[in-house]
Amino acid sequence: MTTSTDPLLSVKNLRVRYVSSRGVMDAVRGVSFDLGREKLAIVGESGSGKSTVGRALLKLLPGSAKVTADTCRFEGTHLLDLSPKAMRKVRGHRISMILQDPKYSLNPLMTVGEQVAEAYRVHHPGARAEARERALAQLAAVKIRDPEHVYGLYPHEISGGMGQRVMIAMMLIPDPALIIADEPTSALDVTVRMQVLAILDDLVKERGLGLIFISHDLNLVKSFCDRVLIMYAGQVVEELKGSELDEAKHPYSRGLLASLPRLGERRERLSVLERKPEWLIEGASR
Amino acid sequence: MTAPMLEVENLSLHLGEGTRRRLILDGVSFSLKPGESFGLAGESGSGKSTVLRCIAGLYRHWTGTIRLDGEPLAARPEKDRCRLVQMVFQDPYGSLHPRHKIDTILAEPLRIHGMGDVDRRVDRILTQVGLGPRFRYRYPHQLSGGQRQRVAIARALMLEPRILLLDEPTSALDVSIQAEILNLLADLRTELDLTFLLVSHDLAVIEHMCHSLAIMRAGRIVETLSRETLAHGTPEASYTAALIKASERYDRELAGVLARED
Ligand SMILES: Nc1ncnc2c1ncn2[C@@H]1O[C@H](COP(=O)(O)OP(=O)(O)O)[C@@H](O)[C@H]1O
Ligand SMILES: Nc1ncnc2c1ncn2[C@@H]1O[C@H](COP(=O)(O)OP(=O)(O)O)[C@@H](O)[C@H]1O
Ligand SMILES: [Mg+2]
Ligand SMILES: [Mg+2]
Repeated sequence: MTTSTDPLLSVKNLRVRYVSSRGVMDAVRGVSFDLGREKLAIVGESGSGKSTVGRALLKLLPGSAKVTADTCRFEGTHLLDLSPKAMRKVRGHRISMILQDPKYSLNPLMTVGEQVAEAYRVHHPGARAEARERALAQLAAVKIRDPEHVYGLYPHEISGGMGQRVMIAMMLIPDPALIIADEPTSALDVTVRMQVLAILDDLVKERGLGLIFISHDLNLVKSFCDRVLIMYAGQVVEELKGSELDEAKHPYSRGLLASLPRLGERRERLSVLERKPEWLIEGASR
Repeated sequence: MTAPMLEVENLSLHLGEGTRRRLILDGVSFSLKPGESFGLAGESGSGKSTVLRCIAGLYRHWTGTIRLDGEPLAARPEKDRCRLVQMVFQDPYGSLHPRHKIDTILAEPLRIHGMGDVDRRVDRILTQVGLGPRFRYRYPHQLSGGQRQRVAIARALMLEPRILLLDEPTSALDVSIQAEILNLLADLRTELDLTFLLVSHDLAVIEHMCHSLAIMRAGRIVETLSRETLAHGTPEASYTAALIKASERYDRELAGVLARED
């Protein structure tokens, strides 16, 4: 049973090892965190294991990935113990994932409105007319101006920002409690990105969802997220409040921040990141 | 007054056929002094890459004037243009021939231009971009993203151009690798006395690299501003102000304003 003080998601000592003919690769090495009804960022360079953490929670990793954890509890359920069937249910209903590029997630042969309506019918079998109404309402909920018009467009006829809003509309239909967003705004222009973030922000505030926001954009997570996990080589090297990201202490976090150009804070040269094996809490087995 | 190294005046271009024909660039003008770096910013589809493609000779049916070192582009033979201006693309994967060794990739422009001393030039440029001669015998897929972008920069420098057109050169890279490439470009600019035209959607990257910049929207220049104006966040156009604010931080109120405007 969950009580109101329990976190929505509790992860302890999550490990993922990819096993292939080329050898073993420990992509995630003992990641632990709790998530409440808040926005939690996971940042780090590419290859640090951010996406692997997100996909491990949803059991979306390939068979070559061996996933273990001391705890991986969501709404009182131990996610790693679930059967594929039970997991599909959680995935569709309680946890949703948004990916970077909506183009790969939307069916190119179906109008975006039909796709949202179909998502509704999967969860609420029944009338087509009602599904259409609900789909239009969802499109409006993600601030799409003219839902009737957009309903009939194909994925290639809409912009990246619109595609991302359609993805969010689809994902909201089952009323999830947790959203895992993997670089959801990296491909978007700054003004469109701001609007997509506002939609996610409002969902967390108004519906009390939990959001895991995977990103490599430190500047953005600083102002957008409540808490930030900084990953290096499969481990969380530091955890901070978003607003206190600039006060990060770990040399890796400091290095990442210093390598970033920032508006109004120009330096002659950007710092170049050092990477030290001793930053790894356990011996490097890569 | 120093004469401009690159001058673009009233550049316009249509693309597409028949009913799909559209005005992509609409009277774009700016100019760069020798050694200056100029940025082009703006949302995707605003025409930034198209401006570079016109200057690099990839489109020829534009109207207006482009002058390189005082002489109209149209009057310069292609070989001449290649020795003055070279382009570096965003995607270090797509822009290098996958089955050619770095050696071949770098020697090719020299061969085309009948330039001798190939070995020494290739070694020197590899050292200049921080890779070193041992990289000659590798293939692009054996390199990291940052190393590939160094090779792309090396290739652009083989003919010793005066101007580099840089199209989102670090957008595909991690921030730490981006820092290395931006530092490299700044060093090369000083060492080789280069003039940069840099396209980026990231205003912080432009502020870091460029003396001044233009904001593009729908094929036009909305505003040309100095690095200082950008840094202080005091542009003239409200569109520029919104872009700057949206680049600085997440702001729920601003999101509402933007949503009402689009
Ligand atoms: N299917 C896979 N098989 C083997 N290794 C993988 C696989 N997916 C990811 N990896 C490796 O795991 C590490 C972490 O990858 P990833 O989670 O995608 O990092 P990030 O999202 O932080 O860029 C990387 O070194 C990557 O090469
Ligand atoms: N070959 C082409 N035919 C028709 N339209 C094109 C072509 N290439 C680019 N465009 C259009 O020109 C506009 C400007 O594109 P581009 O210069 O690539 O923008 P940016 O680099 O600012 O993102 C876009 O609307 C794009 O769709
Ligand atoms: Mg990833
Ligand atoms: Mg472009």
